[in-house]
Amino acid sequence: MAKPKVAFFDFSCCEGCQLTVSNCEDELLDLVSHIDIVNFREIMTERSDDYDIAFIEGSCTREEEVARLQKIRENARIVVALGACATIGGINCLKNFHNLDEVRQMVYGDKSHYFPTWETRPIDQVIQVDFHLHGCPIDRGEFLRAVKALLTGQIPTLPNYPVCVECRLKENVCLYTQGKTCLGPIARAGCGAICPEFGDSCVACRGMVDQPNIPYMIEVLHEHGLTYEEARQTTRMFLGYKTFQEQIQQADIPSPTES
Amino acid sequence: MSRNAANVTVNVHHITRVEGHGNIRINIKDGRLEECKLEIVESPRFFEAMLKGRPYHEAHHISCRICGICSVGHTCASLQASEAALEVTPTEQTTRLRKICLHGETLQSHVLHAYYLAAPDFFGVGSVLPLAASHLPVVQRALRLKKLANDLCAVVAGRHVHPVSMAVGGFTNVPDLRRLKETQQRLIAAREDFRETVELFKSVRDQIPAFDRPTEYISLTRDDEYAFLNGDILSSDAGRVPVSEYLKMTNEHIVPHSSAKHARVKRDSFMVGALARFNNNHAQLRPEAKQAAAELGLQAPCHNAYMITVAQVVECLHCLEDAIELIDEVLRRGVRREPIEVTPRAGRGIGATEVPRGALYHDYTFNAQGLIEQANCIIPTGQNLANIELDMRTLVPQVLDKSPEEITLLSEMLVRAYDPCISCSAHFLKVEFVE
Repeated sequence: MAKPKVAFFDFSCCEGCQLTVSNCEDELLDLVSHIDIVNFREIMTERSDDYDIAFIEGSCTREEEVARLQKIRENARIVVALGACATIGGINCLKNFHNLDEVRQMVYGDKSHYFPTWETRPIDQVIQVDFHLHGCPIDRGEFLRAVKALLTGQIPTLPNYPVCVECRLKENVCLYTQGKTCLGPIARAGCGAICPEFGDSCVACRGMVDQPNIPYMIEVLHEHGLTYEEARQTTRMFLGYKTFQEQIQQADIPSPTES
Repeated sequence: MSRNAANVTVNVHHITRVEGHGNIRINIKDGRLEECKLEIVESPRFFEAMLKGRPYHEAHHISCRICGICSVGHTCASLQASEAALEVTPTEQTTRLRKICLHGETLQSHVLHAYYLAAPDFFGVGSVLPLAASHLPVVQRALRLKKLANDLCAVVAGRHVHPVSMAVGGFTNVPDLRRLKETQQRLIAAREDFRETVELFKSVRDQIPAFDRPTEYISLTRDDEYAFLNGDILSSDAGRVPVSEYLKMTNEHIVPHSSAKHARVKRDSFMVGALARFNNNHAQLRPEAKQAAAELGLQAPCHNAYMITVAQVVECLHCLEDAIELIDEVLRRGVRREPIEVTPRAGRGIGATEVPRGALYHDYTFNAQGLIEQANCIIPTGQNLANIELDMRTLVPQVLDKSPEEITLLSEMLVRAYDPCISCSAHFLKVEFVE
């Protein structure tokens, strides 16, 4: 049987997820013995439009990227969104909270008309995506497990429990007991709770679980010292895309003036 | 690509084995160079706008996402900018741990560039992957070194790509000393691998093209050590200034229509990165690195941009020895959980760090609540762009007798030697405008 052909593409992103793929040092040689990497501009010169699985890193932020994404969709049997920019829009969505003309002005001054930009969109808002591999950056182990599943004809499954579960499993001390706040209770797991493990708040870079208890989350943040406005602001770092923000806005919580 | 008589057109769409999207356009008509450009076609990401309104404790987490490869360096520059603005002084322990983590990143990035991105050109292949069949021990060594460098970052800050525990004022977690010691032992064992790396580059040394174009070299500098984490700014032409004067030593304050005319301090362009650091600060390198430089024929001042990769190999030996010694110091003193005390206040701060590709500046202005009002980030590749173009303009007329394929390869190798990080620099102003 011919080895499946795999391609990597990047849009608006830091390329940290492709770097994480290249960081699978122990498995890389084994991996390339099972797949043919035909497109990976960051590390190779050769390129081809003949591929089975496409990994797409980055968000869609420009008009011309739509056609490029559609082309990838046409060529690939399976499309995987790789990392937060692709799966949920990630921090690129912070831009969406500003007037886009002002954003361009702020960065490019009187030359801003050379740099059209659109509202940041996750990839599945542009083309159909078969699998989301979350995280900022992706988790190496999860990437390898997902590839194994795809190679055996399965669609990998995503954890649908919060980061708190992984924190308990790791016996991390809850950040809320240390005077910090954390989005762990609503955040989708899969990262092994790496941020709380290293003493830093979870920012939900993998999006939310399917049925997050948002009002409770906001109340907990409020009880631990944030105003309601600050609590909502905290969610924007990674949950800035409008579908998340609508969910958060619709949650039955007091308005900022009541903080 | 076409050629008839003295007409050559080179169009490299999306240069490979660089970080981000760039195109090379060369157009020679009747033996005259009409056009020679490095176009940046990366999607702009507007980080300065994304940072606006965000609290100080998020700033480094947002700005490290400018770049996956230099995320520790962005974190360090960002933290130092915030700390300067918020009047927080990091402890010696914090500074030491940051230096170790930054060495991990420099090692991983230099190894990635030297082995994965640059070396395939010397072996006549398109990527590191075919080398696994023809030169397995070389590839295994590259993987081993890269993994070690990543692990060094991970033991200090949780992971290399977007470090977790680095925070304004200190660390949210201290490293496990047992793991740190194990990592140090692996670093000591890796001396052999780095020696082999020097040998490898000695063996391909005569394939590094000859080229000579003196330019201005800008790097950070310190009296006490080869500067990476912070320092003053040193220009080989203009002398030394404090970081507060960074706008004078960069070029983004001018709004250009053409990058080549505006990227300047004293000349039409300047260089940052490993070769600029080497040229400016080589006397402070550790003996092992000086020895490697001598063996590889790298002598300051070196005006051959193709030698940037060699300067990176030399720096690897320095970072390795420095990291081993810094870890000794940490192990000797032990680590303690230091409380982080930050009070939001209005103010402006500038942080500068040498990341693998050169001097990086973050400049933040906070309001009284500790929210960012204004941010400016100046990235090494943005500073190098004009210099790369001027190098190409010098190079191409010298190699017109070669085939279009060879001209293309030499141009690509030149761009690649700078190890450009285009996604990093995609917010900057120096883009060639066609009107």
